[in-house]
Amino acid sequence: MDSSFSSPRNDSFPAGLRVLVVDDDPTWLKILEKMLKKCSYEVTTCGLARDALNLLREKKDGYDIVVSDVNMPDMDGFKLLEHVGLEMDLPVIMMSVDGETSRVMKGVQHGACDYLLKPIRMKELRNIWQHVFRKKIHEIRDIESHESIEGIQLIRNGSDQYDEGYFFSAEDLASSRKRKDVDSKYDDKDFSDCSSTKKARVVWSVDLHQKFVKAVHQIGFDKVGPKKILDLMNVPWLTRENVASHLQKYRLYLSRLQKENDIKSSFGGTKHSDYSSKDLQGILSVQNSINIQQNDVAHGSYRFSGNNLVAQNADPKSNEGDIKGIVSEPVAEPKKGTTGNIPDSQKTRSSQMDFNSSYAETKKGLVGNVPDSQKIRSSQMRVNHSFASVESEVNLTAFDSTIPATYSWNQIQLEKEHKPLIQLNNGFSKPLLPGPQHHFQADQLQSIPSISSRPSIPGGDVTGSSKSKPSYSEYTNHHGSRVSPTISPTISATDSFPGQTKSCVVDHQVSETISTSTSNMKNQGINLSTDLESAHRNLILGSTSPFASLDDEFQICWYQGDCYGMNLELQNVEFSEYTDPTHVTEVPAHLYDALRFEYPCDPSEYSVLDQGLFIA
Amino acid sequence: MDKNQSRRQVRLMRQSLFDQGFLDEQFIQLEELQDDSNPNFVEEIATSYYRDSYRSLQAIELALEKTPRDFSKLDSYMHQFKGSSSSIGAKKVKAECQQFREYCDAGNGEGCMRTFQALKKEHATLKKRLEAYFQMARQAGPIEAACRPK
Repeated sequence: MDSSFSSPRNDSFPAGLRVLVVDDDPTWLKILEKMLKKCSYEVTTCGLARDALNLLREKKDGYDIVVSDVNMPDMDGFKLLEHVGLEMDLPVIMMSVDGETSRVMKGVQHGACDYLLKPIRMKELRNIWQHVFRKKIHEIRDIESHESIEGIQLIRNGSDQYDEGYFFSAEDLASSRKRKDVDSKYDDKDFSDCSSTKKARVVWSVDLHQKFVKAVHQIGFDKVGPKKILDLMNVPWLTRENVASHLQKYRLYLSRLQKENDIKSSFGGTKHSDYSSKDLQGILSVQNSINIQQNDVAHGSYRFSGNNLVAQNADPKSNEGDIKGIVSEPVAEPKKGTTGNIPDSQKTRSSQMDFNSSYAETKKGLVGNVPDSQKIRSSQMRVNHSFASVESEVNLTAFDSTIPATYSWNQIQLEKEHKPLIQLNNGFSKPLLPGPQHHFQADQLQSIPSISSRPSIPGGDVTGSSKSKPSYSEYTNHHGSRVSPTISPTISATDSFPGQTKSCVVDHQVSETISTSTSNMKNQGINLSTDLESAHRNLILGSTSPFASLDDEFQICWYQGDCYGMNLELQNVEFSEYTDPTHVTEVPAHLYDALRFEYPCDPSEYSVLDQGLFIA
Repeated sequence: MDKNQSRRQVRLMRQSLFDQGFLDEQFIQLEELQDDSNPNFVEEIATSYYRDSYRSLQAIELALEKTPRDFSKLDSYMHQFKGSSSSIGAKKVKAECQQFREYCDAGNGEGCMRTFQALKKEHATLKKRLEAYFQMARQAGPIEAACRPK
């Protein structure tokens, strides 16, 4: 349906706005279609949430905004909302005949831009373009600040100068905020600056998130409280408010995962609609660890997109699920989170080099532990930085100890709960084994299954089993060398992007590209980067519209991240990428993917990953 | 009846639908959407509504007959039906939907049954009225423009 990347509404905005309407009521669908057409918008209608997601995934940049009903038979509208936010980062408007405050609040919590009550007036629909416009502005802002475009180029070249901006396009709002924060952080300001600044956004990098999760687990989820967590985390610049809001998101994520897990438990199958937070966490954590290592904890702020990503110990529940959860988690979390996260990661990545320094600093704060390993990684990880940060956090725990043990994070992750994660790592090596799994995207929901398939890889996979997971493989291989495995695994995912919208399925492609490029384990991060780069390139190439593409690419990367697991699809889709061992250039990518959503693993790969991430 | 008379008739019919509370302003919204590219838009929507709602009503009927009654399921069906009815502005039908949902919340099976019967009645009445109206409108000619408010 819609056109390709280029936004159709260039000249006469908002005319030509590409709207996707999802409603199970055919009568309403007709009415809405007519109303939107009268507003001169380009309308696509859909009676099922699944179809809508497929459409969206197929055309990453095919739509500008999504209007969806809350009550639908095949999927809860809120879930769809989360997915869209995480994977595509498009503005979503919810509709319902029910105007109860609690429902509206839920909508907003899940990231809806607006909540309309039926019967809907045409004038209400006329104004929906403002949400699209707003997002664009934020994107631009982010990009400008991050010099994304350049960053992208850099990334492509393997330079870790991954600009956060690059991710911005993908991230948009969510990320924009983050970016701002990240920016400041990026400059070695550390988080301290952020914290000192009133309301400075805290970027929940992988590392940081990992710490958070660790603290939560230590305290015991039931007795957890922001103050306790804060004390345990021992991060000087973090405030109680930061923790409190993060905890809130985390809780939301977990509850979603819970439900998801029940349904899905395994990677493979789980449709992760909710991205079990646990999974994500697990994944994230894994990723984080990976990232961290590489990036020096590139910005601790790595916002895992789902914050949860941060080393969340993927709930023990299905490993796959965890991964998924992880992946999804970030995604699930304010969509923005993912987007935002990515940016961070990106930033971290690109700046890996830069990051390393800045990141290390910031990260240091966060990571603390990883410092050495991270530093090592950071260089590699440039790209991974962002990822790493996130991961590093995650990994930190893992890494610190393991850092040298490339897998450390995997392990750590596993320890955490993420059993699945570990698998990821391991799996990653293999990951991409499922290689053809690329379906990350395809299944987005299904990606989880792929992950599941991958998870089996654990341990072994990482070693680079298929190139795709280079990162992982590297990880495994490099155990000794460092875990800093280029977060590339995730990046590989980006490669998969073949051009942009490659939707996750790209796994193979990406992984391959990445894997090839990443041959170095050491650079694991790089591996990822390569993949990422490729992915990135794909992204860049793919995306016609700079922003759109970026976003798409990122998203694609994500998805494609098969390696990465970017499948973030939120579900664990990311994992599927992981399973793509081949892709795995980033091996950890799987994990990363989850985590990554935002961060493409290796710097080089990061670019790719990042791209992919954003896509989500 | 000549054209003028027909048109007048149509106008009156339309007005009474509003006056008697059968329709609310959503119907006007639909009328405003009608244009040259969709000259019978309102009628199409009404037809679509009746086709889908018929199925919904059957489902609710079946669910009501089951014992023990699953109120949350009934509530969700009715929620869906209410949303659907809001699409054409079926005011009285919507009111019955609301009543039904309240009985569901209270777990009042009898109340639900009674309300459901009333709802079906309103649903059928509106259908007849609309059919007559649309038929007259077609006879009166396109100028009637689906009874644009004058």
